[in-house]
Amino acid sequence: MDQSTASGSTRASLYARHEPVFNRRIDGKFRRIKWAVMALCLIVYWVTPWLRWDRGSYAPDQAVLIDLAHRRFYMFGIEIWPHEFYFVAGLLIMAGIGLFLVTSAVGRAWCGYACPQTVWTDLFQHVDRLIDGDRNARMRLHKAPWGPAKIARRLVKWSIYLVISFATGGAWIFYFADAPTLQHAFWTGTADPVAYATVAVLTATTFVLGGFLREQVCIYMCPWPRIQTTMLDEKSLIVTYKDWRGEPRASVKKAQKAPDLYGDCIDCAQCVAVCPTGIDIREGAQVGCITCALCIDACDRVMKEVGRPRGLIDYATLEDAEAEQAGHAPTRHRKLIWRPRTLVYVGAWAGIGFALLFLLGARVHTDLTVSKDRNPPYILLSDGSVRNAYTLRLRNMQGRPRRMEIALDGLAGAEMWADDSRRAAAGRRIVRTVPADATYPLRIYVVAPQATSGQDFVFRLRALGEPDEMDTAEVRFDTPQEATP
Amino acid sequence: MADNHKRAGRLDEATRTETVGHEWDGIEELNTPLPRWWLWTFYACIVFAIGYCIAYPAWPMLARGTEGMLGWTSRGELDKEMKQAADARARTVAALADMPIEELARHPELMRAAVAGGAAAFRINCVQCHGVGAAGFKGFPNLNDDDWLWGGDLKAIETTLIHGIRQPGDAATRQSAMPAFGADGLLPPEQIEQVADHVLSLSGKSRPSTAGARVFADNCAVCHGPAGQGSRQFGAPDLTDPIWLDGGSRAEVIAQITRPHMGVMPAWAGRLDPVTIRMLAAYVHSLGGGEEAPAAMPASAPPAVPAP
Repeated sequence: MDQSTASGSTRASLYARHEPVFNRRIDGKFRRIKWAVMALCLIVYWVTPWLRWDRGSYAPDQAVLIDLAHRRFYMFGIEIWPHEFYFVAGLLIMAGIGLFLVTSAVGRAWCGYACPQTVWTDLFQHVDRLIDGDRNARMRLHKAPWGPAKIARRLVKWSIYLVISFATGGAWIFYFADAPTLQHAFWTGTADPVAYATVAVLTATTFVLGGFLREQVCIYMCPWPRIQTTMLDEKSLIVTYKDWRGEPRASVKKAQKAPDLYGDCIDCAQCVAVCPTGIDIREGAQVGCITCALCIDACDRVMKEVGRPRGLIDYATLEDAEAEQAGHAPTRHRKLIWRPRTLVYVGAWAGIGFALLFLLGARVHTDLTVSKDRNPPYILLSDGSVRNAYTLRLRNMQGRPRRMEIALDGLAGAEMWADDSRRAAAGRRIVRTVPADATYPLRIYVVAPQATSGQDFVFRLRALGEPDEMDTAEVRFDTPQEATP
Repeated sequence: MADNHKRAGRLDEATRTETVGHEWDGIEELNTPLPRWWLWTFYACIVFAIGYCIAYPAWPMLARGTEGMLGWTSRGELDKEMKQAADARARTVAALADMPIEELARHPELMRAAVAGGAAAFRINCVQCHGVGAAGFKGFPNLNDDDWLWGGDLKAIETTLIHGIRQPGDAATRQSAMPAFGADGLLPPEQIEQVADHVLSLSGKSRPSTAGARVFADNCAVCHGPAGQGSRQFGAPDLTDPIWLDGGSRAEVIAQITRPHMGVMPAWAGRLDPVTIRMLAAYVHSLGGGEEAPAAMPASAPPAVPAP
């Protein structure tokens, strides 16, 4: 089909067929790091919702809980209310800058080790290996015609996929409700339909993305590799095939005959065989490379066997590569981290982190918001005094009921009473017990003597017996006198 | 354009796709077939649409639309939701219907429900005259304050709501009439001015007028009381406070004496069900000026307002 036309163009297709990847098992330094990170990620994911954290009898005892129904976010000793969502926003910004930092310091380490797509793809590829054998066996099975044996193997494999996917999708919902309770409800069929739908969707996505799409997600679907492409520079660690050392390639036998003609690469294609995304790193840095470094493990092993120095494929920066080609010593990797760009990221990241920590330490668990009645703005009473009405919201952000006092500050001669009381009981202070972990609405009438002019004043809220727990709200008092200011 | 069709079906070499056969200034269009997934989605949509038309109301006919086999209607949906809401309220409504309004204050839960229901009913039935904030207008009372023409406890407010004010045909309606002293020639204009000065002096807005006080004692004290403190029995306003239903300027007071404006409110019994009226009473009472039930006091005795 590739016949040339007069203009020289050939049939161009934007579609690339999915070439299945049968990556070979490999052991080595980076594979072990990958195991460790994978284990850590999966354990954190599956265990976190089951950790308990005692918060007293008024709050849930789940260590990490995103309680959407009650609009609370619990994380160990921290409880975030919706109006403090900037903490979560701050954490997300830190995560973003953290990714930039990691990328500029050690390249696409996120992609290679910690990204859920990588972790689960890795997991599923191990299942492949367990059921169907290593690379060659899997390739044979792939090419084999469909028969009872192949169908049986596929069914077993997909069943295991499904179990893993279900465990993955199922664990997600426990972050949003009390895990033991929800689990019981889930199995007895009494959980909320949202829970079942969420599990179904996440099971399906895990099954498809982890079981079948795998490296296609990294290469075609994920925006992050594109962003990272713009973030990499000549000082970023990338998995590099040292072509100046490896080329031209030749088999060991051929190279023995003419050692001066050939490079170190023996063209064994082990680097391609172990690659989870099925690329050939010897073609250079590419979007498909998630820098998992398994090809480094593979090549190092081969180099050891043929008695050549390790590191034909290795983590290196572009600068290193140039230095090495010119015969200089490469920079130590540890030094790479301390350069202006990473320091700026570290600064921004740590700055936000410390700011959040400071806010967390300094925040009070008492909050007051006031909204004033604007229709009507004021009421003239029969004794000539003027009344304004306000709706106060007293927030008790602690897991126990607390006595709180509201006091008037300013507005001479004014008194107030709550709408569950009477004007006869009016005063400049009101004390109420605010329930644990709750917002307590209170409608307040403030009455000021006849000649009072329109002015601002302050409601002061303080928790009784807690020196620093207070909040204020400045509001307007309207009177007929200010009709023409 | 003449040779448009000459090249129909020409195979484009670069893409191996037929062209549609049109050509504009050398620009041709490829006759690329629809992607299969798109085509099947399209067919699936057609099948779905046919099923939908059979199952649900779909085609407009001359008199009404097709009804669909499932019998679904948006009105039916609304009825269902309204019924659900009514069912949810049923217990509260029944409790409110059974309870005399004086006892409502002892049941905070029920009181809250009544106030919330009354707030909704108020926005439909009352805001036209009393305003959204219940602050009234000139001639239409402000319901937020503590100045009541006919009484401000729950029972009195409910009675006013049930029977209305000056509602023809309702024997128990709040009834009173101030004579048109000027229009009917009961008082000469100078005496009206004198009595207006006296009335304004009661709340300190004018200097006392001895002549006016005499006129007041002869003509007005019957209803408004000797000190002008008003009377809830007749719905006679308190003239000593700074709250003026029909305006407190001298001209407005003179106008009111000459040809009084007397507001009306419909009797809501028969228009609204008793529970809604009870809820409205609770809402109006909750606006900040509600009074405690008088301890067996005669309705004519004006409460707590001190005489000037």
